[in-house]
Amino acid sequence: MKAAVDATKCNAYGTCADHCPSVFQLDEWGYGSVVGDGTVAEAEIGAAKVAAADCPEKAITLIDA
Amino acid sequence: MTPASVLAGPHAEGADSARRAAVHPAIAPRLVVAGSEEARLHLAAERALGTYEPGTEGGEFLDELERSGLTGRGGAAFPAHIKWRGVVAGEGPRVVVANGEEGEPASGKDRWLLTHRPHLVLDGLLLAARTVRAGRAVVYLSHPETVAAVRGALDELAAAGDDRAREVEIHVVDPTYVAGEESALCRSVNGGPALPTAKPPRPHESGVDGRPTLVSNVETLAHAAWLARNGADAFRAQGTAASPGTALVTLSGACGAPGVYEVPLGRTIRQLFDEVGGGLAEESHGFLVGGWFGGVLRRERAQDTPCCYDALRTLGSGLGCGAITALGADDTPVRVAADLAAWYARESAGQCGVCVNGTKAIRDTFARIADGAGSADDRDKLVRWGDTLPGRGACAFLNGAATLARSAVAQYPEAFPAGA
Repeated sequence: MKAAVDATKCNAYGTCADHCPSVFQLDEWGYGSVVGDGTVAEAEIGAAKVAAADCPEKAITLIDA
Repeated sequence: MTPASVLAGPHAEGADSARRAAVHPAIAPRLVVAGSEEARLHLAAERALGTYEPGTEGGEFLDELERSGLTGRGGAAFPAHIKWRGVVAGEGPRVVVANGEEGEPASGKDRWLLTHRPHLVLDGLLLAARTVRAGRAVVYLSHPETVAAVRGALDELAAAGDDRAREVEIHVVDPTYVAGEESALCRSVNGGPALPTAKPPRPHESGVDGRPTLVSNVETLAHAAWLARNGADAFRAQGTAASPGTALVTLSGACGAPGVYEVPLGRTIRQLFDEVGGGLAEESHGFLVGGWFGGVLRRERAQDTPCCYDALRTLGSGLGCGAITALGADDTPVRVAADLAAWYARESAGQCGVCVNGTKAIRDTFARIADGAGSADDRDKLVRWGDTLPGRGACAFLNGAATLARSAVAQYPEAFPAGA
């Protein structure tokens, strides 16, 4: 699975990095991006789904690789 | 402080570099043909050159496109055959768009091409439409003189009883830097604002009308039309193995003869200025390459670099749209960087938080350094943003600001506050 953050939607709530810091990181202004190429490790899929569902701006997409 | 003079590019009021063009003395011209240098070629003159005559078509043309090595002349230098085949692979109906928006401030070559050889661009667009079997063909423009020239060309075709004139639409958009980005283009043609969208999907998957869409720079289409009639071997007779063909470049700044020139790819930056640009001013200490998108390059490091896509990429820059500005004595590195960074912060479309904040931070940091109030920490921040911000926005705009930050420090280290 791969994650992506739509930069046009992200509004720096930061919930993604709280839920799943192995996949999502925040920059110095609080905006989210994926770590590396956004690959989600098997054990982190549940946390990544929570991050996507909880994003107030629905800025996260998860795609089965 | 006085703004750097370099910001008065071809699009600045009164600039006339897009009004005439010339040819490098070593080549037979493909685009800047005799009679077109200062005036629009009308239909009869174009027909005499073979424009609108059929050449290689369909799958055979796609093979020829691959053999030619033609890459996109709008900035990204993406292989044309991969882009065209990507659209063919999608389910029809498909759409083709000639992108003549040219939001790059230092570039005037697309405006020259559209106002002097609009028929060749239309010929390339119609070729693209036949090749990808498109149901819709659009010319995407922003400058009034390009709109008038393309309208005039379509009227000439219609008056000559050529039905193909009716197959082409013109879409006019307000000129901004990001309006020429391909996802912004699709959004605008679809009736929305000319602002980029997140990828995927890319236009070849879902663009205008949600259909597979070929968005091609107008110069790329003109080369494609030439290629269809002359073949890949002739195309490759100019340029280098990795960057074949000719290109339109816009030379500006501290040189003897700023303007638009058709040149073979692979000449060094210094050769280009010497051979067509009237010579570099002695005091010129560096360049902006690839418009304002490839950062700054120091003269002694860059002037003997060939103008081909790979060589400039190796320097951390890029030939991009082929615009090269020679920096003059007044264009001190930090002042130029500060002015360009202010432009980036102003021109950000304001869609992506990271772009709004990143461009502002780069602007403020360069301004502090330019005012003599910068610190080593400021310099380190510029380096870090140069590394971490590329790829973060929905379009490549933020990458340009990041490249500016990284290249200014790397190319002119002595101009920045030293570490403790």
